[in-house]
Amino acid sequence: MGDYLVLFPLIVPLFFAILSLFAWRAITWQRGLAVVGTLILFSSGIALLDVVIHEGIRTVQIGNWPPPYGISLVVDAFSAFMVVIAGGLAFLIAVFSLGSMDEARLRYGFYPLFFVLLMGVCGAFITGDIFNLYVWFEVMLMASFVLMALGGERAQLEGALKYVILNLLSSALFLSATAVLYSLTGTLNMADLSIRLRTTIAPDLVTTVAVMYLIAFSIKAAVFPLFFWLPASYHTPPVTVTALFSGLLTKVGVYALIRVFTLLFLADVAFTHTLILALGGFTMVTGVLGAAAQYDIRRLLSFHIISQIGYLLMGLGLFTQSALAATLYFMVHVIIAKAVLFLIAELLYRMGGSFDLRHLGGFYRAYPWLALGFLLPALSLAGVPPLSGFFGKLALVQAGLVEGQFVIVGVSLAVSLLTLFSMTKIWNEAFWKPASKELRSLSGSTGQRMALILPIVLMGLITLGLGLGAEPVYALAQQAAAQLLDPGAYVAAVFGGLP
Amino acid sequence: MRGRSEILATAARYLMPLLIVFSVFLLLRGHNEIGGGFVGGLVASVAVVLYMIAEGVQAARDLLKIEPRLLIATGLLIALSSAVFAWVVNRPFMTGLWWKYPLPVLGKVGTPLLFDVGVYLAVMGTTLMILFTLAED
Repeated sequence: MGDYLVLFPLIVPLFFAILSLFAWRAITWQRGLAVVGTLILFSSGIALLDVVIHEGIRTVQIGNWPPPYGISLVVDAFSAFMVVIAGGLAFLIAVFSLGSMDEARLRYGFYPLFFVLLMGVCGAFITGDIFNLYVWFEVMLMASFVLMALGGERAQLEGALKYVILNLLSSALFLSATAVLYSLTGTLNMADLSIRLRTTIAPDLVTTVAVMYLIAFSIKAAVFPLFFWLPASYHTPPVTVTALFSGLLTKVGVYALIRVFTLLFLADVAFTHTLILALGGFTMVTGVLGAAAQYDIRRLLSFHIISQIGYLLMGLGLFTQSALAATLYFMVHVIIAKAVLFLIAELLYRMGGSFDLRHLGGFYRAYPWLALGFLLPALSLAGVPPLSGFFGKLALVQAGLVEGQFVIVGVSLAVSLLTLFSMTKIWNEAFWKPASKELRSLSGSTGQRMALILPIVLMGLITLGLGLGAEPVYALAQQAAAQLLDPGAYVAAVFGGLP
Repeated sequence: MRGRSEILATAARYLMPLLIVFSVFLLLRGHNEIGGGFVGGLVASVAVVLYMIAEGVQAARDLLKIEPRLLIATGLLIALSSAVFAWVVNRPFMTGLWWKYPLPVLGKVGTPLLFDVGVYLAVMGTTLMILFTLAED
């Protein structure tokens, strides 16, 4: 059964994309398909994670071609973990989209694109072939280009242009790095690469390739100093799309970084991983400082995406089991917390008529429940106990102290404080200060209103649950991190026990 | 469409069947020799596009009868089913399965051919969708 399950993260989104294409004019059907499809994706992710935890790494050789000649799909605990998060987030966003997406965008294929995007994301998570990873990146980017421009508003096209150009540059770099790697080793299978790079004759060249990958993935993950496309484009599409992008796209970049820098490029850890650590620190600081100057709530949150990416890099840069586990735990936390803040921004816009904090106000008095819904993820992002962000940061800081990296620990704590300042700003402006104009209540039918509120409630509960019940998730992250630090097991799983 | 060209229209009428036969030839020749679903699909769409240039977009849409979007969806579905087919006989996903007895004219048939048919339809649908949209603007 495990082998079928490995393919599910690819087949389910593809199948539902096809069904949505057939149901092009039947918007109601497409809506139903979106909810059902993402729910199936989520459940198959959980089943897959269960199999991987109990039976170890699962692999499938596509087309029955033996490795390293064919394309391998490899699912370890990290991959399965990411598929589960992606599926869960996709489900919640699909529910939210029932209430939030306008008819015009739905008529021009929002849901088929949504599924193609999910297929690309899941494909990137489960592939064991570096060129195939490139292909999934392209699938994902194609879908995201269209999703970003869909609707054709002026600002959207401007944002999409910046997004497309920077991402194409990154893809070109990724492809060139892969070409160099192939000419060095004669293989593209990541397990095979892992063996060959250990005994390479040209260690300097390998380090050069490693840095090329670092730059390529850093652009996708919006790492300092190549992050500027993100705040220039993420606030332009509808918030539903932004929430999806913030949860998935940059995180795929981080996933790719973690994958190649735990499996492939271990020749010069002192150089590469220290570089990653430094980049992580700069990313945190620039992100949070950028956010301080913003008043458009979407731009403010976009800068916070960048800042949080820094924390994810910190764990990879420290490169110990507990640091990687902290990164994985942090990943779940930040994907959920970030997405829900964007969804709340959409509600503020619908009721207050603006994304600009200066024009919002009075929400605490009018909608105390919404204020609570905002406080949970906001305080969690800032790292206040007992919410999920606190434990993520605690684990990262502990790992940093054990390694004696006091500078990055100091930076991460200072950035936490600044994050709290940013969240306080939203709180003061949108919730606390008296309303400058009458707030509208949510329009739409009861069902639509429920679709808008339910995902926010669920995500808030997840944030709380991740904090109160941190132990099981953290244990799982520990297991995944242990697997990441043992490339031998990955290689053995792909080659079926042979060296 | 400004002024319909009689020469082009007549030529298109004779060229279209030739192009479509050629596209099917390319499709069947695929897998091991030059050709395959992708090229075949492109050539087939060229046939329709030629008609579109000669007679106008609406005429070409009427000729095609089926929405390009449905061609894409059907093509993807066929390609996906060819890949899943290997599960029925308990092999890894996308394993190529061939029928033992070659058919007259077609030669050996199997799931790779089915996959190519899917690609053929999807490529044709995509190309036509783009070109119809551009021509209508």
